[in-house]
Amino acid sequence: MTDSAPSYEHPGITDPVSTERPRGTGPFAMPVPAGKQPSTGSQTEVVDLAKELTEAGIEDVLTELDDELVGLAPVKTRIREIAALLLVERVRRKLGLSSEPPTLHMSFTGNPGTGKTTVALRMADILHRLGFVRKGHLISVTRDDLVGQYIGHTAPKTKEILKRAMGGVLFIDEAYYLYRAENERDYGQEAIEILLQVMENQREDLVVILAGYADRMEKFFRSNPGFRSRIAHHIDFPDYADSELLAIGELILVKQNYKLSDSGREALARYITARKQQPHFSNARSIRNALDRARMRQANRIVRSASGLKITTEDLMTIDAPDLLASRVFGQDAAANSPLSDETESTFD
Amino acid sequence: MRLTQGCFSFLPDLTDDQIRAQAQYCIDHGWAVNIEFTDDPHPRNTYWEMWGLPMFDIKDAAAVMMELAECRKAYGNRYIRLSGFDSSHGWESVKLSFLVNRPAEEPGFRLVRQEAEGRNVRYTTQAYVTDRPEGQRYK
Repeated sequence: MTDSAPSYEHPGITDPVSTERPRGTGPFAMPVPAGKQPSTGSQTEVVDLAKELTEAGIEDVLTELDDELVGLAPVKTRIREIAALLLVERVRRKLGLSSEPPTLHMSFTGNPGTGKTTVALRMADILHRLGFVRKGHLISVTRDDLVGQYIGHTAPKTKEILKRAMGGVLFIDEAYYLYRAENERDYGQEAIEILLQVMENQREDLVVILAGYADRMEKFFRSNPGFRSRIAHHIDFPDYADSELLAIGELILVKQNYKLSDSGREALARYITARKQQPHFSNARSIRNALDRARMRQANRIVRSASGLKITTEDLMTIDAPDLLASRVFGQDAAANSPLSDETESTFD
Repeated sequence: MRLTQGCFSFLPDLTDDQIRAQAQYCIDHGWAVNIEFTDDPHPRNTYWEMWGLPMFDIKDAAAVMMELAECRKAYGNRYIRLSGFDSSHGWESVKLSFLVNRPAEEPGFRLVRQEAEGRNVRYTTQAYVTDRPEGQRYK
């Protein structure tokens, strides 16, 4: 007889005993829904909330948030509130007091450079530690990543992004570009519909955070009421005060192993005041750009002045007043004095 | 006749939770998860249609389950299998493959005898459903 009998291949067969393995280990693990096992006498059960707090490691994230992010008091308060809600929700789940999983989709509004992306990243971490997203990664996208260029291109593109974001947080920057009122054939509408559907049906699989400038987001929500009702937390990011921007500047420099001299600090304070008057001011981002340019000027200053001399670590670390005062922000006079001040950017940074 | 194929063929059909756990196992090992479907049940039929692209950059099995739900909606009356492809050097092959969907009715196979030279008889199997053209095989 020739070899024509069907041979079934079983590439993955392990020993059949494995079926009798206790559930909950290995690839055979079966998730047991926590809500299905209400503990008896849950009325009297005592829970150590402080222990839960430490266990989740949530306090670390919140402290980090306080330490590393300057200002943003209302945002921090709101995040603490959300964290508290999630913690209580988690404890309730443990005790079998089942309830609908909370809606966690958020909208971050605020001017450019107020830390929306940074906070979104922290949010992903917080949600992960509390077990409300399974993986805790952040996928940051804009209109380009979601909306296609021709008919039939949008849905697969949006789904692809949604699939990547599952188990984590999807951060849509400048979300209002998704909807273009002036063009009713715009493919953005298709992306919005898919987003809304997944936001509603797979709430436990991913958290969507929309971000953008306050006024345009307002307009966006008005034309897409579906979004507003599906988003539970609207967080507004305030602009930074001058002193906060100065603190941010110093924090940025410390991270890069630089520091400001006393006159340099004063110059930065003056720079901030002057820069705020100019157009296209984008808070912390403007400060970071200004400091990047100041580093360049400092390098140039050292190279020119120190020829033949020894330079110290101190010199290499210090950003001095002239490095900042050469900026075009201080008017044409200052610009004329320094060859490096003709920044290539069209903005006034 | 209940068709069995691939991993876990000795087990009853996996539940969705079990499929999810297996998909997560693949993702955690860095394997690309594929969804394939066919209506030709012959065990030697290795060329199944792909549903979408291999999912190689996902982190969570929820994405697989979403695609599987879509595939079941479109081809709920066919066989659907899920496979995990390991692209790492030296392997470059499917490491895990199992059925996740089957037609409601599976008529099975007929045994075909061919009389050959002398008194030889060649045997082969043929699925009853393949009498009908592709796409019309299962209700």
